[in-house]
Amino acid sequence: MSDPVQLRLSIDGMRCAACVSKVETALTSAPGVQQASVNMVDRTATVRGELDVSELISAVQAVGYDASPILGNESLAEKQSEEAAHFRSLMWRFVIAGLVGLPLILDMFWHVLPGLAEGRIVWLLIGSITLACMIYAGRHFYIGAWRAFTHHSATMDTLIASGTGTAWLYSMLICIAPEIVPEMARHAYFDAALIIIALINLGQALEVRARGKTSEAIRRLIGLQPGTARVVREGKEIDVPLAEVIAGDVLRVRPGEKIPADGEVLEGTSSVDESMLTGEPLPVLKTAGDKLVGGTINTSGSFLCSATHVGADTVLAHIIEMVKNAQASKPRIGRLVDKVAGVFVPTVLILAVMTALIWLNFGPEPTISFALVAAMSVLIIACPCALGLATPISLVVGVGKAAEFGILIRKGEALERASKLTTIVLDKTGTVTEGKPAVTDIIGKDKNAILRLAAAVEAGSEHPLAAAIVARATKEEQSLSNCEEFKAISGQGVIGQVDGQHILLGNMALLVAHHVTIAAASIEQMHALAGQGKTPMLLACDGKVLGIIAVADPIKAGSKAAIAQMQAMGLNVVMLTGDNRQTAEAVAAQVGISEVFAEVMPQDKDAKVAELQAQGEVVGMVGDGINDAPALSRADVGFAIGAGTDVAIESADITLMRSSLDGVVTAIEISRATLRNIKQNLFGAFVYNSLGIPVAAGLLYPLFGMMLNPMLAGAAMAMSSVTVVSNANRLRLFVPSGLPSARTGGKA
Amino acid sequence: MMLVNIAGLALIGFIIWWFWLYRPSNAVLAAPGQIVEVSVRDGVYDPSLIDATVGKGISLKFIREDETACASQVLFPELGIQKELPLGKPVVIRIVPEQAGEYGFQCQMGMYRGILRVK
Repeated sequence: MSDPVQLRLSIDGMRCAACVSKVETALTSAPGVQQASVNMVDRTATVRGELDVSELISAVQAVGYDASPILGNESLAEKQSEEAAHFRSLMWRFVIAGLVGLPLILDMFWHVLPGLAEGRIVWLLIGSITLACMIYAGRHFYIGAWRAFTHHSATMDTLIASGTGTAWLYSMLICIAPEIVPEMARHAYFDAALIIIALINLGQALEVRARGKTSEAIRRLIGLQPGTARVVREGKEIDVPLAEVIAGDVLRVRPGEKIPADGEVLEGTSSVDESMLTGEPLPVLKTAGDKLVGGTINTSGSFLCSATHVGADTVLAHIIEMVKNAQASKPRIGRLVDKVAGVFVPTVLILAVMTALIWLNFGPEPTISFALVAAMSVLIIACPCALGLATPISLVVGVGKAAEFGILIRKGEALERASKLTTIVLDKTGTVTEGKPAVTDIIGKDKNAILRLAAAVEAGSEHPLAAAIVARATKEEQSLSNCEEFKAISGQGVIGQVDGQHILLGNMALLVAHHVTIAAASIEQMHALAGQGKTPMLLACDGKVLGIIAVADPIKAGSKAAIAQMQAMGLNVVMLTGDNRQTAEAVAAQVGISEVFAEVMPQDKDAKVAELQAQGEVVGMVGDGINDAPALSRADVGFAIGAGTDVAIESADITLMRSSLDGVVTAIEISRATLRNIKQNLFGAFVYNSLGIPVAAGLLYPLFGMMLNPMLAGAAMAMSSVTVVSNANRLRLFVPSGLPSARTGGKA
Repeated sequence: MMLVNIAGLALIGFIIWWFWLYRPSNAVLAAPGQIVEVSVRDGVYDPSLIDATVGKGISLKFIREDETACASQVLFPELGIQKELPLGKPVVIRIVPEQAGEYGFQCQMGMYRGILRVK
C-alpha cells in the first residue's frame, strides 16, 4: 500500500455553505480518501489519503461541481521530469533520423549506391526505410498537421509535414515511375526529408532545454519553501510535511532553517535574512510580536512562532502567483505578432505553391526539380515559432529577473510602459524621505528645558511632528509634566499650560498672533533651518522666546544617487508633496530635483499626474501605495515603494518590496532591457522570415545561380527559435547599474 | 502546363477557403451548469468553436495531451484570462461572458486557436 498523500483541489461552481458539505461528502466517499475539507473562501479542497486525482474529480463532478488539482512543489518536479522526458524523446528522434539520413547525404560524394535507373529496388527499399524513420521521428509533425488540417487550422507542423511529405512522395514517385519526369530531374530527396526532420527535432530539443532555464526565477521562488516544518504539538516538537501545517500551529525555527509559513514570533530573538524576497541585503532583527514571512531564512537564534498564513495564503505564494500571472500576460507589442501568427502558415503555403508555379513556368530545366526544391525550402525555412516566441519568452525572463530584486510586476503591459516613461513623479514623504520625522536641531541656552517643555505640550497632539519631539524626549529619558488647556491651532502650532507656564510652540505667525517679540537672530535661524528642508518651531514661555526646535524627515540614504541615476537615464524627475513650498524645495534641492509640486492636497495628487500626462509626458508615479493610490492608478506606471511583504497593492503596476528608490531605477532598467530583448527577437524573427522565404524561393538563382538546399533551410529553421530563446536567456545575466553585488539575485 | 497552373491556382483557392474563409458550423454549446471538455492535442483545441450565452456562466475544462511547449498555456486575450495547462491534468476555466461577440482563445504563440462565440 502506498503512503497517504495530501492534495489540494480547486473547486469550481460552489456558491453556498450547502455546496461545501455536498463537495466534502462527495470527496470523503471517493475511494482512498481518509479526510477531506473544503474551504469556501478560496474555493479549494484539501484531501488526504491514497488518492487518484481523476477519481476525486469525477466524485466532485458527480455532484454538479468541478475540480482541478492545484499545482505545488510536486508538480514542478513533475514538470521538470516531463521536460527531461520530452528532451530525451526529441533527441532520440534526431539521432535516428540523422543516422539514416547522413549516409544518404554522404553518398552524394561516395557514390556507393546505384543510380535510380539501375537500382530501383534498392531505392524503393531506401524509400521504405525512410518512411519508417519519418514515422518514428516525425510522427508528431504528421499527426499534428493532419489534426490541424481537419480543424481548418495550420501550424508549424503543417509546414514541416507538407515539406518533408512532398519530398518523400516525389522521390517515391520517381522510384516507381521515373519516366514521368525528365531524366535530369530524376533525383530522390529521401536524405532531405530525413535530415530536415532530424534537425527540427534537434532544434526543438535545444528549445526545451533553453526554455527550462527561462523559468529559473519562479523555480527559485518555489524552492524557497522548505519541505517540512517543526511543529510543537502536545508539548513535543515533531517534523511534519509542510502541507500538514495549519494556521495557528506553533512552529520551532532553528538557526539556518527556512521559516515554513507566515507567522509571528512568540518566543526568542533572531536575525532573519529576507533578501530573497525583498532584495534587502541586511538581516532583520525579529523579537516577540514581530511578523515573519515564510521562505525567509533564520540566520542566528532559535525561536518559536505561530503560523498565521499557510499554503496558498502566504506572501510567498502570492508572489509566485503574481509573477506567474505577469509572465503569462501579453504586452501590446506581442499583439501584432499574434495577428501575423494567425495568418502566417496559410500564407507560407500559398507562397510555396506560387513559388512552384513560377519555377514550373519560367524556370530552367529541369523545372520540376527547381520547383520542388524551392517550394520545399519555402515550407521548411518559414518559422512561425520564432515570431510567436519572441515576446512571451523574454517576458518570462524579464518578469522573473525583476522578482529576484524584490520588484513585482503586475502585468506585461506595465513592463512595456515602464520602458517608455519620460517623467517620474516622486512623492516626498516616505518615498524620497524616510517618512519618520525626527528632531534635528535644538537651539537655545537650555536645550533640555526646550525639549522637555516642547514635548510636554506636544504630548497631546496627534501631529507627526509632535510624535518626533515626544520620541526624542522619551529617548533622552526626560520626565514630562502634564499639559493643561492644550489647544492646536491649524497651520500655526500648539498652546498649553505646563507647570503653570504658558507655552507657545509653533511658527512665527503663532508667536506674532500672541504678541511675542522675536529677535532678528531667531528669525534668521528659522529661515536658515527651513532652507535646509527642516520644519523649525519657536518655543515661547510666558511671552518670551526660549529657543527653536527643528524637526525634519531625513532623506533616505540612497535617494540622491537613485534620482541622479534616473536623470542620467533621461528621465525628468519631479517631486510631489503636501508639504510647504520652502521645505519641499529644500528637500528637492538636497536630492537634486529642480521641479517641485508643493502644497498639493492628497486628493489633488492624481490631478497633477493627469496634468503632466496632458503635456504629453509618460508618467511613472512612485508612492507608498496607500495614501497615493489614486495618483498611482492615474499614472502610466504606478510604483508602490516599500511595500515590504504587503504584495497585494492593487493600485500599483509595479510593487517594490524594498523601501528604496533604487528599486525604481532597477525596475525601469529591467523593463528597458526586456523590451530591447523583445524587439531584438521580433526584429530577428521578422528579418529571418522575410529574407529567408525569398531566398528559399530561389531569389538568388537569377542573380548568382544559387539555390538554397532544403536541408540548410531545415537547419536555419531549427536554429531560429533556439536563437530567440537563447537571446531571451541573456536577460538572466542582467545586473542593474550601481547596485552592490550583495543585492544581485543569485542568493536564493 | 495549363493544367498544372490551373491546379496550382485551385490549390491556392482551396488554401484560402479552407484555412481562412471556412466557418465551422458544428459548434459545441456550453450550457450553464455543464462543463465542456476541450482537449488540447496535436496542435488543435477540440472543440475549437464553443457557443455560449450572454450573462450565463460556463465552465471549460482544458485537458492538455500535447507535450509541445506551445500548448502549455491557454489565453483568452480579450477576456484577460491566462491559464497554465499542465500535461494531462484538467484545468477548469470559468467564464461569465458579459457581451455578445467572438472571443478567440489561443496558445501562447497564437498557433492553436479556438473561438468562444457569445450570443
